[in-house]
Amino acid sequence: MITEYIWLVIALPLAGAVFLHFFGRFLKAPLPGVVASLAIAGAFAVALVATLPFLQGTDHGQGILLWEWMPAIGANLEILWDPLAALMTLVVTGVGALIHAFAIGYMHGDDRFHRFFTYLNLFAASMLTLVLAGNFAMLFLGWELVGLCSYLLIGFWFTGESAAGAAKKAFVVNRIGDLGMLVAMMILFAVFGTLSMEGIFGEASQLGAGLATAVGLLLLLGAAGKSAQIPLYVWLPDAMEGPTPVSALIHAATMVTAGVYLIARSAPIIELSTTAQVTIATVGAATAIWAATIALAQRDIKKVLAYSTVSQLGYMFMAVGATAYVAGIFHLMTHAFFKALLFLGAGAVIHALNDEQDMRKMGGLFKKMPVTAVTMGIATLAISGIPPLAGFWSKDEILGSLFNRGGWFSVLWLVGLITAFITAFYMTRQWVLVFLGEPRWADDAHPHEGPRVMTVPLVVLAVLTMVGGLVNTPLRFTLEHFLEPAFEGVRVLHPPAGWLMFAVLAGISVLAGVGGIGAAYLAYNRPKEDWERFESGFGRVWGLWEDAYGVDDIYGTTLVAPGLKLAEKAAFKVDLPAIDGAVNGLGFLVRRAGQGMRVFQTGQVRNYAAFLMVATLLLMIWMVVGG
Amino acid sequence: MVEAVLFVLMGAGAIAGALTVVLARNPVYSAMGLLATLFSVAVLYVVHLAHAVAAVQVIVYAGAVMTLFLFVIMLIGVDKSEVRDEQLPHQRALILGVGLLIVVLAAAVTFSGSFVWVPAAVASPNPNLTNGTIQAIAEPLFTDWVLAFEATALLLTIAAAGAVALAHYRRRDT
Amino acid sequence: MVDPGWYMALAASLFGIGAVGLLMRRSVLVMFMCIELMLNAVNLTLISAGRAMNDINGQVAVFFILVVAAAEVVVGLAIIVSIFRLRSTASVDDLGEMQG
Repeated sequence: MITEYIWLVIALPLAGAVFLHFFGRFLKAPLPGVVASLAIAGAFAVALVATLPFLQGTDHGQGILLWEWMPAIGANLEILWDPLAALMTLVVTGVGALIHAFAIGYMHGDDRFHRFFTYLNLFAASMLTLVLAGNFAMLFLGWELVGLCSYLLIGFWFTGESAAGAAKKAFVVNRIGDLGMLVAMMILFAVFGTLSMEGIFGEASQLGAGLATAVGLLLLLGAAGKSAQIPLYVWLPDAMEGPTPVSALIHAATMVTAGVYLIARSAPIIELSTTAQVTIATVGAATAIWAATIALAQRDIKKVLAYSTVSQLGYMFMAVGATAYVAGIFHLMTHAFFKALLFLGAGAVIHALNDEQDMRKMGGLFKKMPVTAVTMGIATLAISGIPPLAGFWSKDEILGSLFNRGGWFSVLWLVGLITAFITAFYMTRQWVLVFLGEPRWADDAHPHEGPRVMTVPLVVLAVLTMVGGLVNTPLRFTLEHFLEPAFEGVRVLHPPAGWLMFAVLAGISVLAGVGGIGAAYLAYNRPKEDWERFESGFGRVWGLWEDAYGVDDIYGTTLVAPGLKLAEKAAFKVDLPAIDGAVNGLGFLVRRAGQGMRVFQTGQVRNYAAFLMVATLLLMIWMVVGG
Repeated sequence: MVEAVLFVLMGAGAIAGALTVVLARNPVYSAMGLLATLFSVAVLYVVHLAHAVAAVQVIVYAGAVMTLFLFVIMLIGVDKSEVRDEQLPHQRALILGVGLLIVVLAAAVTFSGSFVWVPAAVASPNPNLTNGTIQAIAEPLFTDWVLAFEATALLLTIAAAGAVALAHYRRRDT
Repeated sequence: MVDPGWYMALAASLFGIGAVGLLMRRSVLVMFMCIELMLNAVNLTLISAGRAMNDINGQVAVFFILVVAAAEVVVGLAIIVSIFRLRSTASVDDLGEMQG
């Protein structure tokens, strides 16, 4: 019924993008934003109605074939509308709509206002293509398109050299991941002869253990590129060069979670290889704590959030790696709420302070921007894992699941716990530095609360952050039941049963969160000199964190510099003499031949007639002699 | 016997006319030479019983076409100042080559014996079959060759239109 | 009766004279006449061969050639007149702009 019109979810933002591309420039400033927001809100409405059958339990997911593209290899335009896709669609369109609305206020006055919303809508359409894809070809299409939109939006202010560089960096690093993704798809096609998810997952057990490990690891490489995991996370902090709504939408709530979605979607394959599971979870854990420590020492308000995103994505990888898919997707959802909220709040602060991003030049904003301060405070508590906010339930489910699996995963649980403490610490540090203490901003700044269009999304997201976690608690496993059809036949890891275990595990993690918040509050709710002394007390370690462990420099010297050198050699030692030489040589030959032939092109009709006759007569002689 | 006499006479007339076309300084003489050739050939057509074609030859060719030629000659003036000595490089060599090749070809086919003058010639031709009356020509023309006939009709239309278009040509500045 | 070979020889002579004339003369009009000569030579062969082979189609072919020749003369002469109006010359050697 409505499910047959589910393509509207993709078509509406796409139509918005096309419309804005051609006619956006004729609309006055807020209108393109309104059009874009309405397009994605419409998609949200359609998705919501189409989700109802899942909630009622009358439907368990189905494939909808839109158009036979390459049926021989199972690559059609088909939508796989199941609870997992529905949840992702609701998050993308719901959070997306709020961020679109926020951007109307944030981008006000920008010269390329309409172009910004063209890209945003295009991104939404691409992301929805990705999550609704019924086969790997279409998924890859969306996968690449969101990468393109990410590139366009990071480099939206391309006149700044750093923005252009960051966009390029994101694009190139993502290519590395895409290689893994492509090879994984090739292996799958070689084994199953189709790219259709139905065809592959239905007979996943045909994949041998070795190949399953290979596919799992290659998918991890692809996911690590898109979802900013070690070692490919370096592009995400740089991506903060883009406008803040972009950071909220693409680099926090939606696109970067595509990797988690990919792993969860490929659950039947991950299921087959313990090696892949352990690797994914370990990469996630390492990324979580690695990025969290870097986030500790960042001064840029958006950089803190960027590393925080990397860290939280690490949590999700831990979860899906440990086969706790529901927990991972749950955290994906709650993270979308509170991280989008944090980014939008940060955007509001940056907007209010005339594009100031250094936290040392903020402070004391609570009185000036109460709505932003309160909503960001809620998000900070949520990410720190304070009950009953969203982050608590999802993070706790991940940690509980890890603990339940035992063995190596117990170590990962400990890592997650430490990360939870660090997370609470740096998030509180940020909130205190921005909103409490003495004002340190420039004299000419007049911080003020943003217009209604900016504050309303903040409030809505804050409400979602507060209640969003209640969909999956030990009291009511609504999300669990909702997602069940999508993980049919796959063993999903759960936290240990029983109230006692829940209380103990939750207590430990809440303790970590509260400890982090308390420590940060004590350390930073003091005059500037005091907390600067606190930071310098860490000595060189703090500098290392602030410098993000110097990974960019290491990559620069070990990978980028040799790569540039190789490219230079290839360009000037190989391309110029050999390839260009061959092409030029060919041209030279043709020109020489033409010069030679010019003799016959005398321009004299009688010459031509003579040539014609000589040729005819020679042909006749040949006929007489040879025939 | 009559045919032999006619062949010699008319053959000589045709050759003479052709030579006049090529050698005459004055284009009007060339036109007259061509006219002589056309008449001679038309007589040879009659010898071959191609009455209809001979009539068309005289009426269309010797009549209309030659009138047109003369008209154009008069229109653009009788130009006797044509340079006779060759100025194009290689053209003399090319003419010599063409002439030589024709001679060689003729000699080759004559002496090699590999060429029968008319390969499928019958021993005793039946004049009734090739009596070129209007009816005799019209029948294959409108049955076997009707498509080609239509094509030539189209060609004539195009030619007429093309001639009109060319005549309409004006220089940009006038 | 005269052997068809003699007619062929006559036609070949006419063709050769026409061909050499076409290459020698540079007055467009005379060149045109030479082409007509060559066409007539071909017509003669067709009719002679048709008679020798008891085939009326030779004459039909000549009919077509006549029509095409007429069309050619119409367009050709129109071109000559146009060139003359433009350049005041009827000599092809003056028309060498297309040299490569």
